[in-house]
Amino acid sequence: MFENLSERLSGVFDKLTRQGALTEADVDAAMREVRLALLDADVALPVARDFIARAREKAVGHTVLKSITPGQQVVKIVHDELVATLGGEGDKAGEIDIGSPPAPILMVGLQGSGKTTSTAKIAKRLTEKGRKRVLMASLDTRRPAAMEQLAILGGQVGVDVLPIIAGQDPVAIAKRAMTQAHLGGYDVVMLDTAGRLHIDAELMTEVQAVKAAVKPHETLLVVDSLTGQDAVNVAREFDGQVGVSGVVLTRMDGDGRGGAALSMRAVTGKPIKLIGVGEKMDALEEFHPERVAGRILGMGDIVALVEKAQETIEQREAERMAKRMAKGLFDLNDLHAQLEQMRKLGGVKGMMEMLPGMGKMAGKIDESKMDDKVIRRQIAMIQSMTKKERKNPDLLQASRKKRVAAGAGVEVSEINKLLKMHRQMADMMKKMGKMGKSGLMRGGLSSLLGKAGMPQGADPSALGAPPPGLPGGTLSGLRLPPNLTGLGRRKP
Amino acid sequence: MRFFEKLKERLFKSNARIEQGVDAILVEERVVDDALLEELEDLLVQADFGVNVAQRASAAVAEGRFGKSVPAEEVKRLLAAEVARTLAPVARPLPLYAKRPQVILVVGVNGGGKTTTVGKLASQLKSAGKSVVVAAADTFRAAAVEQLKIWGQRAGVPVIAKTEGADAAGVAYDALREAQERGADVLLIDTAGRLQNRGDLMAELDKILRVLQKLDPTAPHNVLLVLDATVGQNALSQVEIFQKIAKVSGLIMTKLDGTAKGGVLVALAEKFGLPIHAVGVGEAIDDLQPFEAQEFARALTGAKAL
Repeated sequence: MFENLSERLSGVFDKLTRQGALTEADVDAAMREVRLALLDADVALPVARDFIARAREKAVGHTVLKSITPGQQVVKIVHDELVATLGGEGDKAGEIDIGSPPAPILMVGLQGSGKTTSTAKIAKRLTEKGRKRVLMASLDTRRPAAMEQLAILGGQVGVDVLPIIAGQDPVAIAKRAMTQAHLGGYDVVMLDTAGRLHIDAELMTEVQAVKAAVKPHETLLVVDSLTGQDAVNVAREFDGQVGVSGVVLTRMDGDGRGGAALSMRAVTGKPIKLIGVGEKMDALEEFHPERVAGRILGMGDIVALVEKAQETIEQREAERMAKRMAKGLFDLNDLHAQLEQMRKLGGVKGMMEMLPGMGKMAGKIDESKMDDKVIRRQIAMIQSMTKKERKNPDLLQASRKKRVAAGAGVEVSEINKLLKMHRQMADMMKKMGKMGKSGLMRGGLSSLLGKAGMPQGADPSALGAPPPGLPGGTLSGLRLPPNLTGLGRRKP
Repeated sequence: MRFFEKLKERLFKSNARIEQGVDAILVEERVVDDALLEELEDLLVQADFGVNVAQRASAAVAEGRFGKSVPAEEVKRLLAAEVARTLAPVARPLPLYAKRPQVILVVGVNGGGKTTTVGKLASQLKSAGKSVVVAAADTFRAAAVEQLKIWGQRAGVPVIAKTEGADAAGVAYDALREAQERGADVLLIDTAGRLQNRGDLMAELDKILRVLQKLDPTAPHNVLLVLDATVGQNALSQVEIFQKIAKVSGLIMTKLDGTAKGGVLVALAEKFGLPIHAVGVGEAIDDLQPFEAQEFARALTGAKAL
């Protein structure tokens, strides 16, 4: 089956890390795999070729530092090169030019790339995070009900939408939107356009006319991140004919992530401003080259996970947990808190996908059909216990277990499983408490780097250690039980 | 208008690239060697064939000709023949059964062109004399129902819909019951776009199937996966997972009127062997054409004859 880029590269560098010295042949072998992986991930061929040439040049003859393995050295070189290609210099992630109101923003792209959804998402973001007054207008006079779609989305995200007047052409609508924005004191005008093929001369002329009429501050090209080799043509044509100022990559939550991002950046030289990561209206994120490069290399998206964790976990709660954990204390209340955090972070699968080398495991979890339900059920079990029982799980003997099982609507065996899981986690906490913080970090960092491509069946508990520079508590949600697979086991 | 002419006309600019590519590599004639093989392979990779299929197809072209001098037109013809050989067994029109109503479920990722395809299919089936009912089971995307209703008006077929946010499986169930009561020949069900790696959304699809089977154990009779021609190798993942969960019975590729070449169809045919029923080549209601392997191969490679 199709392997995604990060899994594939994990395999390559896995082989390398087992070797003693980095020879030219090693680099060539690795680069062949990297090339295949890039192409499989839909990176455009010319982009892949350039990338390989640059990375190879830097890798061969590079002195391998004593403290690290040759594999780690290559990972670093390829990673740096990826970051350089993806990011470019001076790009400010997520920044949209909205100076001198009303600032028009024009959204363009192929049919079905996600323009209308992205328009609404960006409008919501500018309204909520940027505290701007935004007006949206649909210039899509072609697709049936496209204007209604934007109007409905406007209602959902609480952003004003220009009233629809049937029969107006796109240029007239755009001008009306600008007039309305001037009169109404809006800061930003988001102009959603019809999907068009870059070779459709008539429609490209139309969008040029709109652009000339409103002189947008930003012209954002919306591209599906699952796009294949054609991404290059699309980018080149839109940039050449209309002139784009940035790219919005949609459907980055799909399983084909990576490839298109690399080609878009390399070909247009325009920054990737934002990425769409889900169907919900707040599923829009800034594009961080380091993170995507990290994902590509199978080193996981730790930064994203940490940020998400920081947003989700209440600081006070985190501090309380950190203190308890340092003492090696861990009762069912703590387990409950952790399960809640896991749920908020997108369940086990969501977390796995963000962790280094865990892509494969996320797939497994998918296969086992495990979802938030399991976590919710476990939460229900704990909630069916008394306060005393939660503090002291040893109290839970036969009749209490029966009561709890009945309360949560599960079998007693489920309760036993939960208690066993808790016991194992508590034991681990004790050990960690004894190890102390410094011990954790040493073990944690090296195990992360050393297992860039963690093989199947890797011990997830190794991931429990927080990266340096983070308060131990904020990552508490990451401490997975050693028998994670047990957590996901379905009812027989 | 015949498929080839329309496709060729629409694809003119797009295929120019492979055609020009072959011409650039082989200025009239060239000796078949490793370098030529590699260049051919790169061309095919850029048409979304995927590395493996590109290697295999270019090797097939070179077989028995290594060291010989070959004209460009011949290389195109050989490539086209190779593509056609792979695609011929899967180029099959949408089967119509005596069973009434024949339930056709249309699935795929977001933005692939499902609703448009349902509209076009409804129109074509209607003009073929079938009584058609359309179900708007995309209850998630804003205004998806309105969009389908407009297509329904154009095609002159009834559209069964509930409000946005309603249960998709419920809409499908009601629509099938209504189609049965009306004695309709065909029920077309449009579904919400879903990424194949979203377990929860795929479970919803599974539910639609189960609910339909309560009314008719043999339903759905066809499950059509709509693929966007611009998609790359992710199409393989899409087909695999949708096939596993929704028991996909055939493919429709949309947006072949752009510069995307849809070379991934060759890889899909090799790997899954699912029938390819039709291709979308434009936004008008009659821009859905039956898929024909030889014509597609010729349009893709620019070969003048097979």
